[in-house]
Amino acid sequence: MNYWPLLGVVVIVIGFALRFNAIPVVVCAALVSGLLAGLHPLDLLALLGRSFVSSRVLLLFVLTLPAIGLLEHAGLREHAQQWMGRLRGLTLARLLIGYLLVREGLAMLGLTGVAGAAQTVRPLLAPMAEAAAEKIHPHLSDTDRDEVRAVAAATDNIGRFFGEDVFIALGAVLLIQGFYAQHGIELTPLSIALWALPTAIAAFGIQSLRIWLFQRRLVRRARAA
Amino acid sequence: MLRIDYVYGLIGAFLLFTAWRNLRDRQYPRAAFWLLLGVLFAGGDFVLAQQKIGHALPAQFAGCMVIALALLAPFLRRQSHPETVSASARLASALRLGHQLFVPALLIPLVTLLIALFGEHLFIGGSALFAKPQMTLTGLALACMVALFAAAHVARASLHVGLAEGRRLLDAIGWAALLPLLLAALGEVFTQSGVGTAIAALSGAILPEGNAFMCLLVFALGMVLFTVIMGNAFAAFPVMMAGIGLPLLIQRYGANPAILGSMGMLCGYCGTLLTPMAADYNLVPAALLELRNPYGVIRAQAWSAVGIFIVTFVTMWLLVFH
Repeated sequence: MNYWPLLGVVVIVIGFALRFNAIPVVVCAALVSGLLAGLHPLDLLALLGRSFVSSRVLLLFVLTLPAIGLLEHAGLREHAQQWMGRLRGLTLARLLIGYLLVREGLAMLGLTGVAGAAQTVRPLLAPMAEAAAEKIHPHLSDTDRDEVRAVAAATDNIGRFFGEDVFIALGAVLLIQGFYAQHGIELTPLSIALWALPTAIAAFGIQSLRIWLFQRRLVRRARAA
Repeated sequence: MLRIDYVYGLIGAFLLFTAWRNLRDRQYPRAAFWLLLGVLFAGGDFVLAQQKIGHALPAQFAGCMVIALALLAPFLRRQSHPETVSASARLASALRLGHQLFVPALLIPLVTLLIALFGEHLFIGGSALFAKPQMTLTGLALACMVALFAAAHVARASLHVGLAEGRRLLDAIGWAALLPLLLAALGEVFTQSGVGTAIAALSGAILPEGNAFMCLLVFALGMVLFTVIMGNAFAAFPVMMAGIGLPLLIQRYGANPAILGSMGMLCGYCGTLLTPMAADYNLVPAALLELRNPYGVIRAQAWSAVGIFIVTFVTMWLLVFH
């Protein structure tokens, strides 16, 4: 067993811990691991180039930027904030938990691409959440504002991740089924997807609880201020 | 027929536009960065096609460009451009346009949803409008175009304003936009270099004999740890399964494969919430939301991840051996 390629992992850990620019760190780690595994430098270059262009789909979110940018230029975030201010019953916790429910439900139906950090969080959810937080604490500090935004993004991630595994035709379930099929164990996708349900429910409960605790923390800070 | 390849061309064009605007502003490293990336996007299909017929030279060239991007990245300071309109002008515009502003923003998820649901039934002149692979993502790209036109109409602004504002946002995100792709490439290199098998061998070596609970715990924590390293539970799953799950948990201790597979994967997902290596979920949103701490999103979700892991692990332990 050749353990030397693990040094690539060490490069990553040190690079991220010391907060170097992540891009060169990642490329260095790839070169270190590949060379220590005995790959020919030219093959390693080709592997790096090929796998990079194969995952181009991950940059798809930039196509949302012109539309979002234009709307923000015309006051989308300001309007979302104003509107939230007028909706009396809609608290921060209700807004985020409602979003979590919709996001997780859509992911369970296999519709993961319809929402996301660029599509829904930056233009809609984050400004609305900030406005809801301002109803609690009119002079939100920059740190609090960042935390509200971060909780909105976290809610989006958690809804997506733990809903998606319940859907039978998505990556995770098919990967599990494919792995077992290769090793002579036949399972239906449904029998695998079913067991993701307890975690999906738990994830909804836990994140909702944390959102509610976050709101309570903001209320306390507002009282203390 | 609309295919995902056209979407890459579109992204490439937007990246080249950003490069050109930066060149005009004399931001040379930034212009070179987006130029290289734009060329990689536009030329990516050529690289893959040549690779398929056995020509490695374009892929090697692409690899060199990736290294050049890495050398340029430290020169891109993440300074956002000044706002192009004042806050008061935006507020006045918001009051004037009201709920109309929501329409284009909601068109992005809505059009994507409609194409995801009904896209395969759309035909033009007898041929399908959308190619099946990655139809939802092609739909998302189309939805972004629809939303851009709708936004220009609502705000009575030219499309050029949209492009300029889009470029401003892309520059604000900066090199963080590149991380998801690079980490995916790193995952591939790690797999080919045998990092996975080395970790599985190590975790097998520390495994206590004859204790099903400890074995399950090492499996679950291994899924988390390996996902944290690789940034992706999909890469961790086959490795941990082949190392511990299949030979020990299933074949020796009689674990239920469906439960072990499903819940084991979900343990990995908890790891995804914790790691900067999952840049598209954790670092890019932080940059998009202009958080001052790049790890802000990870911090916000860390305790949720721990809670979800504990619940999943205990449920798995209670169910998997029956």
